[in-house]
Amino acid sequence: MPMSEQEIFEKVQETLVETLGVDDDEVTPEATLREDLGAESIDFLDIVFHLEKAFDIKIPRGELFPDNILNNPEFVQDGKMTDAGLKELKDRMPHADFSDFEQDPDINKMPEIFKVQTIVNYVSNKVDG
Amino acid sequence: MRWIWIDRFTEFEPRTRAVAIKNVSLAEEHLHDHWQAYPVMPASLMIEGMAQTAGLLVGQADGFANDVVLAKVTRAEFTDIATPGDQLIYEAIVEHLGEAGGSIEGTIHRNGDVIGNIRMMFSYANESAIGRELPKGFVFTESFQRLLSPFIGDGDHA
Repeated sequence: MPMSEQEIFEKVQETLVETLGVDDDEVTPEATLREDLGAESIDFLDIVFHLEKAFDIKIPRGELFPDNILNNPEFVQDGKMTDAGLKELKDRMPHADFSDFEQDPDINKMPEIFKVQTIVNYVSNKVDG
Repeated sequence: MRWIWIDRFTEFEPRTRAVAIKNVSLAEEHLHDHWQAYPVMPASLMIEGMAQTAGLLVGQADGFANDVVLAKVTRAEFTDIATPGDQLIYEAIVEHLGEAGGSIEGTIHRNGDVIGNIRMMFSYANESAIGRELPKGFVFTESFQRLLSPFIGDGDHA
């Protein structure tokens, strides 16, 4: 039986409570992983491990949290994401909402893309096949 | 000298579970400073002992093709102390193994009583993960792998 979005959210919430040591009421859909929940780079790997186990899914490297974007000069110029970079990100992250970021694609604001809802969307796509 | 904080493996089920013993002895120099009047096994060294027990489990999972580094201690809770004469048992159970590393749930027993639980995460320390060249075999030295020799054949730990 397919999981509802609420069920997925609750499991994602449990994952973030365990991996980041935050309280469950801090884990809202709009909370950002870095700024609001204090995630550091190694935590992203931990989150992936947890999600794989919690949902019995495989998450290939770079699929949930893309890598090799910021170090590519075609994608980043003068601290801003280029149109090509933005397109690449959107192609690789159909689970993320770029509406705010594309207004001002300053790479320092990129962590704001990674919200709790981003993970919920990713997992929903994954478990629905 | 090698930084080894387990004495012997007593159980080793590849990719699943490992159990190791650590006998706490007053012959260990550090206990005289921690503390002179009341020697106590430092909790940090129990975490290290668990990391070694579990690290070998994670390293053996890919045949020691990659070194393994402790990436994160997500949780470490202790409910009691260990003192000279105590026997500690580190039990590590694999929670997850993947292409990037693994995580384990660990329990520390002291003379049969549970005194700690730990969750920790390991990352395979290869060049692509770290972003620069690393010396080969800097974690799993021969003396480390020898600890496993009763459980796995020589051919399994190159």
